Amino acid sequence: MTAGARMGFFTDTSVCIGCKACEVACKEWNLVPQDGPLSLSANSYDNTVALGASTWRHVAFVEQQRDDQGLRWLMSSDVCKHCSSAACLEVCPTGALFRTEFGTVVVQPDICNGCGYCVPACPFGVIDRREDDGRAFKCTLCYDRLKDGMEPACAHACPTDSIQFGQLEELRERAQRRVATLHEAGVAEARLYLEDEADGIGGAGAFFLLLDEPEVYGLPPDPVSTTRDLPTLWRAAALAAGTLAAAVAVAFAGGRR
Amino acid sequence: MSAPDRRDGDRRGTRVRGSVVPEAEFRSYYGRPILKPPVWTWEVPWYFFAGGLAGASASLGLGARLAGNHPLARNAFTAAGAAGTVAVPLLASDLGRPERFLYMLRMFKVTSPLSVGSWILATMAPAAVGAAASDRLGVLPRLGRAAEVAAGLLGPALATYTGTLVADTAVPAWHEAGRELPFVFAGSAAASAGAAAVLSTPAADAGPARRLVVAGALLELGAAGAMERRLGELGEPYRQGPAGRLARAAKACTAAGAGLVAAAGRRRALAAAGAALVLAGSACERWAVYKAGFQSAADPKYVVGPQRARLAARQAEQDDPVEP
Repeated sequence: MTAGARMGFFTDTSVCIGCKACEVACKEWNLVPQDGPLSLSANSYDNTVALGASTWRHVAFVEQQRDDQGLRWLMSSDVCKHCSSAACLEVCPTGALFRTEFGTVVVQPDICNGCGYCVPACPFGVIDRREDDGRAFKCTLCYDRLKDGMEPACAHACPTDSIQFGQLEELRERAQRRVATLHEAGVAEARLYLEDEADGIGGAGAFFLLLDEPEVYGLPPDPVSTTRDLPTLWRAAALAAGTLAAAVAVAFAGGRR
Repeated sequence: MSAPDRRDGDRRGTRVRGSVVPEAEFRSYYGRPILKPPVWTWEVPWYFFAGGLAGASASLGLGARLAGNHPLARNAFTAAGAAGTVAVPLLASDLGRPERFLYMLRMFKVTSPLSVGSWILATMAPAAVGAAASDRLGVLPRLGRAAEVAAGLLGPALATYTGTLVADTAVPAWHEAGRELPFVFAGSAAASAGAAAVLSTPAADAGPARRLVVAGALLELGAAGAMERRLGELGEPYRQGPAGRLARAAKACTAAGAGLVAAAGRRRALAAAGAALVLAGSACERWAVYKAGFQSAADPKYVVGPQRARLAARQAEQDDPVEP
């Protein structure tokens, strides 16, 4: 690993086989507890349902009946995006969420006071509070493994290299080549998601190759970090505070009666 | 919310506010939410109410002091101190780890309205308590006056920052309402502070409080109306379900209460009834906003619809650039 290089994931969903080895490896390595009672969702083979405080990798299963080509399966391993402009980190009042030397976004459990602000701030619905614990948790991109020069557990366990770990710049080049290959092979619907630094989150540390629109996988099509609008929002608060003060002043204009 | 089955492939038209593009279509992953619902509980809307009451009361108190209306100043600062005292444990008990409440003051982050607000509360609440205590007990008068000025100046910030707090999230009904929410909260806070003072102060001294009730109610109702108009379809949560009922209750209580207070003049019983209605309306307003966020986060159409429209508009601009 080059010192200072931003590390990330490229998840190529075109080769995901839905084995969920990533989910298991993540749970095992990070000692993530069970995320609720065992239950069947009836949503294809997806009984994990969504990312959450105790689910840091989630494999989505989409069954599509297409008139021309018959049944198609889409499988995709979702994860925290480690946004360049990370709303969770920016709204965190305690500084529990921070950016590591690898450019990833990590919660410090010894600092988090469970205020829950990061939860509705995330445009992807990734981070959540573990209710029996009271603190917020999400993917750390295996911060501990990275510090020892190892790749994250999910990428290590992935049997088809659908989850690729590496330097972000190199991954982006690899992803462009992969999309070009797929387009040549006639897979016109292949597209990259969150690889563009000009997007609303400044590009993601974990980006994806998808075979349909993002919302089909439960991903927002054009996410924007909420803090991008903060200047406007603070201005509104300041104007409103001024209006309140003016209302009080006007109330006294009429004297005591 | 009516469609029981919104599996992928089940395309459903959804109109998007302010969009120049044709109706966007909306797909989802088994109709599941994209956003996580907030994890906040009942303490949070009551914190918004208490913070608003404390902040606006402190401003009313300072105004009364400057105007020489000392009975009103005393009661307003007492209300500010009491509401500020209640606000602190409300904010703390909503934490997953309340014993780490002081970690809120580990740093000062302008990108986090909750950090900024914690500092405002940590300064304003003790100042309001000190101001009220100094006045009531007749001790440390100069420090008491300094506390009154501090609390009075910080009050409007405490009353309005909570609008920005919820707006600085990915929840569409909160984020897209970011320009109006602080005004809704400012009006609601002013009305509640005026109402509390009407209840506690002899009618002869409560004239400014009655006028603040009316001014606050007008601001609250006007800002809430403007917010719902600008939100369009994204504002649905403010009209439907529990949030819709609370919003209607807020409007009815605030309007009726402010009308009663205005009509009552110095008839104290009538004014008190109106003030009680205004306080109820103010609490309902915060609860409506709070609940609307949950309803907004629960339905992926509020996330996908506007984002699709944005993408389509960008695409249209690329395909057919408009001459400047």
